[in-house]
Amino acid sequence: MAETLLQVKDLKVQFATEDGMVKAVDGVSFELERGKVLGIVGESGSGKSVTAMTLMGLTGGVNSRFEGEILYKGTDLLTLSDDQMQQYRGPELGMIFQDPMTSLNPVYRIGDQIAEAIRTHEKIDKRGAKNRSVELLRAVGIPNPEARVDDFPHQFSGGMRQRAMIAMALSCNPDLLIADEPTTALDVTIQAQIIELIGRLKDDFNSAVIMITHDLGVVADIADEIIVMYAGQVVEQASTRDLFYDPQHPYTWGLLGSIPRLDRPRPDRLHSIKGSPPSLINLPQGCAFRPRCQHAFNRCMERPALESHLDVATHLDRCWLDVPYKRSHRDETISGATEAA
Amino acid sequence: MAAFLVRRTIGAILVLVAVTFFVFVIFIVVPGGDPAERIAGKNATPQNIENIRHDWGFDRPFYVQYYKMMEKMATGSLVSYTSQQNVVQQIEQGMPATFSLSIGAGVIWLFFGILVGVISAISAGKFSDRAITVLALVGVSLPIFWLGIVTRYYLAEGGLTSFFPDGEYVPLTDNPAQWFFHLILPWTVLAVGFIGFYGRVLRGNVLDTSNEDYVRTAKAKGLPPKRIMRKHILRLSLIPIITLFGLDFAGVLGGGAILTETVFDLHGVGQYAAQSINNFDLPPIMGVTLYGAMFIVVFSVFVDLLYAYLDPRIRPT
Amino acid sequence: MAQQATEGEFTLDTAAVLAAGEPASAIRGRSPWYLAWRRLRRNYVAFFFLGLFILICVACLLAPVYAKHVAGTGPNQQHVLENVRVNGKLVPVVSSGGIVNGKLTSAIPIGPTWFSGGGKFVLGADAIGRDVAVRLLYGGRTSLFIGIVSSLICTFFAVILALLAAYYGGWGDFTITRFFDLMYAFPVILLGIALGSALAINGFHHWGINIQSGSIWIPTFVISYVLVAYVGRPLRGQVLSLRQKEFIEASIAQGASPFRVMFIELLPNIMSSVLVFFTLIIATNILLESALSFLGAGVQPPTASWGTQIADGQDLIVTRPWLSLAPGIMIVLTVVALNVFGDGLRDALDPRAKVRIQR
Repeated sequence: MAETLLQVKDLKVQFATEDGMVKAVDGVSFELERGKVLGIVGESGSGKSVTAMTLMGLTGGVNSRFEGEILYKGTDLLTLSDDQMQQYRGPELGMIFQDPMTSLNPVYRIGDQIAEAIRTHEKIDKRGAKNRSVELLRAVGIPNPEARVDDFPHQFSGGMRQRAMIAMALSCNPDLLIADEPTTALDVTIQAQIIELIGRLKDDFNSAVIMITHDLGVVADIADEIIVMYAGQVVEQASTRDLFYDPQHPYTWGLLGSIPRLDRPRPDRLHSIKGSPPSLINLPQGCAFRPRCQHAFNRCMERPALESHLDVATHLDRCWLDVPYKRSHRDETISGATEAA
Repeated sequence: MAAFLVRRTIGAILVLVAVTFFVFVIFIVVPGGDPAERIAGKNATPQNIENIRHDWGFDRPFYVQYYKMMEKMATGSLVSYTSQQNVVQQIEQGMPATFSLSIGAGVIWLFFGILVGVISAISAGKFSDRAITVLALVGVSLPIFWLGIVTRYYLAEGGLTSFFPDGEYVPLTDNPAQWFFHLILPWTVLAVGFIGFYGRVLRGNVLDTSNEDYVRTAKAKGLPPKRIMRKHILRLSLIPIITLFGLDFAGVLGGGAILTETVFDLHGVGQYAAQSINNFDLPPIMGVTLYGAMFIVVFSVFVDLLYAYLDPRIRPT
Repeated sequence: MAQQATEGEFTLDTAAVLAAGEPASAIRGRSPWYLAWRRLRRNYVAFFFLGLFILICVACLLAPVYAKHVAGTGPNQQHVLENVRVNGKLVPVVSSGGIVNGKLTSAIPIGPTWFSGGGKFVLGADAIGRDVAVRLLYGGRTSLFIGIVSSLICTFFAVILALLAAYYGGWGDFTITRFFDLMYAFPVILLGIALGSALAINGFHHWGINIQSGSIWIPTFVISYVLVAYVGRPLRGQVLSLRQKEFIEASIAQGASPFRVMFIELLPNIMSSVLVFFTLIIATNILLESALSFLGAGVQPPTASWGTQIADGQDLIVTRPWLSLAPGIMIVLTVVALNVFGDGLRDALDPRAKVRIQR
């Protein structure tokens, strides 16, 4: 029986700027159980990173406005002060970031930075913390951790730095790990290793993981459930299997179609979604994806609700097209047989 | 590390050689007119000028002139013909005053500069930050010599009060209390501009560093804000300040505090150069210029080493 | 490519047709200069101080007008033996010394009349009977001229050197960098004094250029020269990091000439730094000029500059503090104005400017 760790209810995050109110996150809801992996997929500006950072309480500022609830183990994190949130970061919530080079302090040794996290939250002496650091480095696959623990970040390679970041994030045994584009800055060959590492550690620590990425390929293997975000809204939400086998939203088709595939006939052109993401200050009327959707019709001027149109109650999408139409038209995009005009 | 030290030292020596050559060019080559007359200064008789012309080699090719100038510098036999004094000796006599002024002011401006910068950065945007910024801006805009004159007038010559001593330097060995008392105003005047400058630089550094990714990571780790400020932000923000300080301090030690010394009549190395200007007496100015450059070059080597110690990325290979 | 679908309840129009009928929701691109200007526009403080600076410049430019119509005298005319009518009474411009009330006193010039003398000697006279207010304005012309022109020259050469060094690399860069290092080795004021005094004696007569020793071009060039390295080295660093970027490689690969790469590709990208440097260096130069002139290694008497005025007023500070206070205050006002505006300029041009609260 899996325990529900996190319930996000209609989360909205807005930033007041001199150009207007930026609606970065416009109503995101999901639940996450212990031991499960949630993938949040979207392009730059979709709101996926803001969602993650808001979970950690790192988006607060004079210009930020929040609505909704983030219930972690029953407590609404949005109502907590920064001091209170600080207690959660580390022992309950861990986060790893996109660029491991700039995310580690260059003047302190790796071991010291990990030990710092441990000693802030637990009563443990220096030697004990250092031993823990060594073990953590070993657990994330750093060779010869006894020696490497005294290295500086610039002495590590990119992949090793990311592993060290993972070690640091897990050092206080958090129950939720948020990974914000952990592999984007790394070589493809290292990507697979890092993903596999995160999966393994999730099992070892019995924690939940939120994996944020723009690359569907990254989450295909590891995620249990996937949320696709566009322009701050969730446009499709389903189990991984359902999303890949029965995708319901044109944007998802576009994402799937953009992946170069070795197991399909080579299309004339790799599909790309025409146009660019909308301004988050002036969202289009109705469906946010409408200006870029080749299947858009007049009902799309009204914003669709996120609901299930299938027998599977857990598969939600935000689209007015009916299911038979979708199933018959999506292969054009996904298999890349023709380029939409 | 040893190789780095050797390389830097050789570099420093080369720079010093270039400095001497440059001094030679400034004083002997660049200006128009007769160098011998120039060096001889005022009140020179034609015989003096002839002697100087021969002694300094102005009747010989320029490399001989350079050699002769270097010889005088190296052997300490550089002499001012106007005042009939040995330049090196005069510099030595001025050193205690210059050192006292520089070290005291340096401690003050480093301490207060950092304090002001940190307070300003922490309360960024609020009243205390704005007030400090205004004061700092005014501080760096004051001509030091004018500030000295005004301070001296109002606080030592009866403008508001005559409480403070009216200039002059009292050697530490003679009377420590008076030594201190006489230096309070000069220290303050010299420090004001630096405090304003350092405060603003540090404030900028702290604000920039606060936006770095590793500070975001530190927050994500759950570190308390005070610790983040101390160990992550300040540690990085202070590195450029320390290196700036090294060079500025070297500058004032080397006679760069010429204005403060002159205004408060401290008879230090800088004032010696200043007095020589009025008489257009060049040998002392040459000597002090070289002396000042020497300090900066030597300190630069130390500053580089310190920087490498503080920032492991720069560790020499 | 319009599709008329045959499925049930709805008709399909293409996205293009639908989008054509509604206002654009795209993100509007704006040039960095426009954004910077917009940020600067809101900075009322910066503009106030820019206005102050311009006001001071205009006032000093009008010095001849003041001299002729208000004070009735020039900056170098001495009125030692004259009297002036103040509030109806005839007062000597410079009171004679000698024994006064049994005490030996020195000659004291008249203090500020604040317009009660009919516009003459508004701020008093100096030790040799010259009108302080007139000299203040003329001195301002000198100091501002030297400050602005030397900043132009300094920035110009610093930019050229930085571009050359960073673009060509190799021996060119090595030489230029060593040159900068050499300049950094001297305390600025000592270098200024050294050059200033050496040139003040005989002037500069090389390569066909002849500048006499009293000319204000000497302090101008000295100050430009002394500070070139302080602008050039940071600029060179910036150009160096730009040099690595791909758009420069692309430009070179397309056959752009060195001139084009340096001035059309690299230069615009450092322009914001150059502007900020230019503004702030004017402030530094004014301070440096006043220091050099005060010491006697800058502007030579009898030419008026704020620095020489402060020096002249030193001996009389106890009895006539205004002689030194007035020029100092002018310097402080001018330099503060430049610093505040330069700061505002820098904040506006910095792409990392914080997001502002919507009003």
